[in-house]
Amino acid sequence: MSYVTKSPWVIHYDGSSCNGCDIEVLACLTPMYDVERFGIINTGNPKHADVFLITGAVNEQNKGVVKQIYEQMPEPKVVVAIGICATSGGIFKECYNILGGTDTVIPVDVYVPGCAARPEAIIDGVVKGLGVLAEKRETMIAKIKIKEEA
Amino acid sequence: MINTILWVIAYLVLAPVIGGLLAGIDRVITARMQGRFGPPVLQPFYDVLKLTEKEAITVNKVQDFYVLCFFIFVVITGCFFFAGGDLLLVIFALTLASVFLIIAAFSSNSPYAQIGAERELLQMMAYEPMVLMTAVGFYMFTGSFRVSDILSFGTMPFLYMIGIFIGFLFILTIKFRKSPFDLSMSHHAHQELVKGLTTEFSGTTLALIEVAHWYENIFLLGFIFLFFANGTAIGTVLGLAVCLATYFLEVLIDNSFARMKWQFALKSSWIIAITVGFINLVVLRFMP
Ligand code: SF4
Repeated sequence: MSYVTKSPWVIHYDGSSCNGCDIEVLACLTPMYDVERFGIINTGNPKHADVFLITGAVNEQNKGVVKQIYEQMPEPKVVVAIGICATSGGIFKECYNILGGTDTVIPVDVYVPGCAARPEAIIDGVVKGLGVLAEKRETMIAKIKIKEEA
Repeated sequence: MINTILWVIAYLVLAPVIGGLLAGIDRVITARMQGRFGPPVLQPFYDVLKLTEKEAITVNKVQDFYVLCFFIFVVITGCFFFAGGDLLLVIFALTLASVFLIIAAFSSNSPYAQIGAERELLQMMAYEPMVLMTAVGFYMFTGSFRVSDILSFGTMPFLYMIGIFIGFLFILTIKFRKSPFDLSMSHHAHQELVKGLTTEFSGTTLALIEVAHWYENIFLLGFIFLFFANGTAIGTVLGLAVCLATYFLEVLIDNSFARMKWQFALKSSWIIAITVGFINLVVLRFMP
């Protein structure tokens, strides 16, 4: 069994969100929803994180930051795009500096649409991401095995 | 001799188990104090096991080596202690362990890790005098630095060393990395600078630091036990009860205080050491 699903630590980054989705993400940590029940901790450090929660569309200025956070996270890792902005650009899509959804910069595993995405939906998205995390762990082990055999 | 070896093996095997369980209970109690349900009791074990499953990313190779040294010396410290060894040796080994952790953080060259390392140094400066005074107190009371001699000494040291006990309790907050003194590495506040020391550590290296912390906690609780040990069953039971009570007290303090600045940590722990600790030593000196 893989333990990655039992202790997913998340890192939360605000692309160019209106802050609506961010507040909902943080609401998940409150006593009302208490995601620590699932071992979820909100870290501030990509090197400790397993799940990358990104809210808001990605813009010209922060695409480098988003890429860097993604690259600094150790494998296995998943990206969960929260809110319709992070999914496709949402109402900001037509803005001159907006690139679009998160997937224009980094690969996204789970999309959680909504404006703002409700805490229940966010928790659901992260739990779905855990399935992907377990799969990625499997492929990681397989890759290491192939390397060792070679 | 056999007894000593058994104690060391028991420490090596049981300390991470008990330490991890205590950490889990700590997290549940903390959650309840905050009106949350909290994670499963076994969550710290899941965390550590997960960290070992992650990809290893290091800034430089030497950093992992230093962390490994830190781990080994923390374990050795506990082994000396539970083998009934010399308290001074125990304290020096513990200091060496901390120094390795600080060097590990410095070696990564990350500004956040460096601030964490500097804060860890300040914390060491804060708690070290009181730890030494505790050892000296035990020596003045029982006439020996050896843990085995202190354990077999007839009377309970607690009543005669109550000042030193209070001082030790005070710096225990620093050693347990609890608020208000969790300046260099906190278990909460993951987004803040106080996570500094561990910024550049990930995967197995981070897991090692966590397990070392469990080893260290158990060894520190052993110190608390020493205050109550007098070779009788009552002393043993009382000692274990006080150990648990101490841990609960630390959790309570952790949840009811805001984080203080390093100036306060340094000043307050030195003042405590000089007043209650030193006065207690003087009293011990002139006791018949
Ligand atoms: S999806 Fe809605 S609430 Fe979320 S960042 Fe976009 S506009 Fe704001």
